[in-house]
Amino acid sequence: MLLIVCPHCGPRDQTEFSHGGEAGRVRPANPEVLGDAEWTDYLFMRTNPKGVHKERWCHSAGCRKWFVTGRDTRSHGWVK
Amino acid sequence: MRVSAGGARIDRGRVLRFRFDGVAMTGHPGDTLASALLANGVHLVGRSFKYHRPRGIVSAGAEEPNALVTVGEGAFAEPNTRATMVELHEGLVATSQNRWPSLSFDAGALTGLFGRFFPAGFYYKTFFGPASRWTGLYEPFIRRMAGLGPAPTAADPDHYDRVVAHCDCLVIGGGAAGRAAAAAASGRVMMLDEGMPGADPPGVTCLWRTTAFGRYDDNLVMAVERVADHLPPDERRGPRQRLWQIRAKEIVLATGAHQQPLVFPGNDLPGVMLESAAVRYLNDFGVLVGRRIVVAGEIGGADALRDAGAEVVHLPHVLAAHGGRRVRGVTGPDGRRIACDALLMGGHWQPAVHLFTHVGGKVAFDAGRHAFLPVAAEGQPRCVGACAGELPVVAPVAPVVGPKAFVDYQNDVTLADIDLAAREGFVSVEHLKRYTTTGMATDQGKLSNLNALSRLADNLAVAPGVVGTTTFRPPYTPVTFGALAGHDRELLIDPARTTPLHGWHVARGAVFEDVGQWKRPWYFPKAGESMHEAVLREGRAVREGVGMLDASTLGKIDIRGPDAAALLNLVYTNAWAKLEVGRCRYGVMLGEDGMVFDDGVSARIADDHFIMFTTTGNAARVLDRLEDYCQTEWPHLEVWLNSVTEHWAAAVVTGPRARDLLKGAVSGCDLSAEAFPHLAWREAVVAGHPVRLYRISFTGELSFEIHSDARHAVAVWQALWAAGEALGVTAYGTETMHVLRAEKGYVIIGQETDGTVGPHDLGLGWAVSLKKPDFIGKRSLARPDMQRPDRKQLVGLLPDAAVPEGAQLTAGAADRAMLGHVTSAYHSPVMDRPFALALLSGGRARVGEEVFARFGGAPVRCTVTEAMFHDPEGVRMNG
Repeated sequence: MLLIVCPHCGPRDQTEFSHGGEAGRVRPANPEVLGDAEWTDYLFMRTNPKGVHKERWCHSAGCRKWFVTGRDTRSHGWVK
Repeated sequence: MRVSAGGARIDRGRVLRFRFDGVAMTGHPGDTLASALLANGVHLVGRSFKYHRPRGIVSAGAEEPNALVTVGEGAFAEPNTRATMVELHEGLVATSQNRWPSLSFDAGALTGLFGRFFPAGFYYKTFFGPASRWTGLYEPFIRRMAGLGPAPTAADPDHYDRVVAHCDCLVIGGGAAGRAAAAAASGRVMMLDEGMPGADPPGVTCLWRTTAFGRYDDNLVMAVERVADHLPPDERRGPRQRLWQIRAKEIVLATGAHQQPLVFPGNDLPGVMLESAAVRYLNDFGVLVGRRIVVAGEIGGADALRDAGAEVVHLPHVLAAHGGRRVRGVTGPDGRRIACDALLMGGHWQPAVHLFTHVGGKVAFDAGRHAFLPVAAEGQPRCVGACAGELPVVAPVAPVVGPKAFVDYQNDVTLADIDLAAREGFVSVEHLKRYTTTGMATDQGKLSNLNALSRLADNLAVAPGVVGTTTFRPPYTPVTFGALAGHDRELLIDPARTTPLHGWHVARGAVFEDVGQWKRPWYFPKAGESMHEAVLREGRAVREGVGMLDASTLGKIDIRGPDAAALLNLVYTNAWAKLEVGRCRYGVMLGEDGMVFDDGVSARIADDHFIMFTTTGNAARVLDRLEDYCQTEWPHLEVWLNSVTEHWAAAVVTGPRARDLLKGAVSGCDLSAEAFPHLAWREAVVAGHPVRLYRISFTGELSFEIHSDARHAVAVWQALWAAGEALGVTAYGTETMHVLRAEKGYVIIGQETDGTVGPHDLGLGWAVSLKKPDFIGKRSLARPDMQRPDRKQLVGLLPDAAVPEGAQLTAGAADRAMLGHVTSAYHSPVMDRPFALALLSGGRARVGEEVFARFGGAPVRCTVTEAMFHDPEGVRMNG
């Protein structure tokens, strides 16, 4: 079980959080103008890097705030 | 045999009585079951897993692979307990396992005679054939022959505790190295040890009888404390075991090392044990394991056995051990036979690196010590003492090839099995493990991994370090399910949520249904009534008179702020900006993939204030999703969300006489259709309490939902009920609610939908705005796949006979191609016949056609209809 640092509440057990997948995917401002391929890319494709992976987490059993943190997929360790 | 002196751990002043396989024996406080058995001259304690070979006690600790016994009786029985780790108590009852009819004569041992027919991969090579042969022949046979102790059939009467702890330094292992590390550590220090209580280093919180069985990310250690196992049952107080979840800033591993067995024919006979174990039995328990002892390999501390009165012969190695139910002699390196009653194996030592490797710690082979040592790394625990490699350098003893030279005692894997696997190409250590099963089972290879992979390395003519080790995973030793479950069992496994009206429903004899965590009345049977009869009666009452339903579990989200309408516009498929205060609207919520996620009615309380109703099961998910969008995608929206599900209780009054009922209970509101139309809401007073009345209908009848503060729910409900009694008001439950909504073709999210169903598939295109520039999922509705004419669409079915939900639909009675499936199926109170809702490929174009429902028996012919069986014009609902 991970120890996750909530920027508002401090370090807490993973059980208090929910995971929101890869961070940095911005919802297109005007989805209507996108082609099917571009929209499919937004919907379904993720980077799955070897190395630093920015993740969205929500402190759902705490302050309910969403935040972004990084994890190194090689070491499973937290990175800023 | 107990010697007259020595035994640092036992209290010779007291005698404890215990039984093994029904035979009464004695021991002393401080004994383990293993030391007490050895003191009574018992070496044969179990039968092996595959060949039913007689087996004795090999070790004195957690690594024991052979001496597995059942401790306790009846519901308290615990199978597969290592005798070396069981503390003796007065009245302890232990039973041997995997033998029939008795331990000393086991009919299953005959399989040993056919041992050459059971080589590595035997199962894979032998058990071919149809599935019926597996379930009917092979599996029952294997289960009967091979196995460990049977689990008790009664529920575990013990209870188990759980504790979360934090510390600056956690030391695992309470030996000399662990105590020194704990004493030197600063801050809040904890120390765990598997054994009986010893001296606590000053200032250190010590947990004895506590096994750290797993290390997880970010320095989390899980441990189980055996609180009461060492006490006689009548002296046990509190929990039996306690699960510790310890988060430490720093972890120090002082877990010691395990001496490894030597490999030679007959190395599994009772009386053949580790040299270090025999020394420990003498020093700690005053037990001499034999009178004529041969030590093979490193003599270590076994010289002390001579001082205790044993005859000790030391040999560099042995060629074989001989005996039946106990070792009787050995063949020495010169080929001469030497009689003995115990044979000690002085093998090399392997650090207990299990916890070190659980979270990615790496080990490296040290040729001098012939062991895998932990490699220090940033973020990994610090190892000290034997675990760090402070070990005697032991000259390696080559394995001796021959019959019954065991590499893995617990899984009966021999040297020949390893050689065969290597010849057959299983040259990765992970493949070797899976093919031969070496290193599996409860001991997880503590005494077998090193010998197995060394042999593989020999076969490949490489160093063991090249072969590497398999990955150790938690748990280090077996953990009881009770300890893992803790208090989370039976009623405590999940909270039960009840509405404020629960007591009323119970008093009325409601049968309850679990909806998520909620207890909802399912139906209200009268005396002697079946569920079917009750649901028909409740349904007809709503269609012909008036019924009442507790809808308090409905999810409710309070949405406030100047951008509240803008948010609803973005999350629902239809338009919300122009909804007037005092009015409600049905909305459909999609995922970005265009699939239906939730639906419900929302009401405009004020310009900047809405209340959103969600499905009961989805309330938390909807709130989470809205929060996510508000915080991350649209932070510019000024809007605040609050869950108010439990603040508002809701009573549904529905049926042609609903207005008549309300007239008897409601004040402060004009209830006429002109003043209070369908899909409006009004403030009113019931039983002196303020309420909100919503004209929302899930039955297709004239309907009002009366929402009150949860504290006033009972008074409001009772006032409504009292007003309805003269009208014959009928309480109905969720089953009738489902039937009535299905007659109107109203979908239930999660029943008609499964995450692959879009709004147009459900016939909800009327609720999808084409004018709005954007809403969640809008772009996906334009994907080509969503436009396919053969998409599964919601239809009604009129089957010739009742069909079950989930039945597959085909075009012809003999066709196999699946066109769709039944999502809801009931008996209609109005039509008095079975009907169903279904998702059917190109369904709307098939209205009027026939399809067949298949569910095992004869296919049932169905007529495809519109998904609407009652009052299609909505006259009754709008009345």
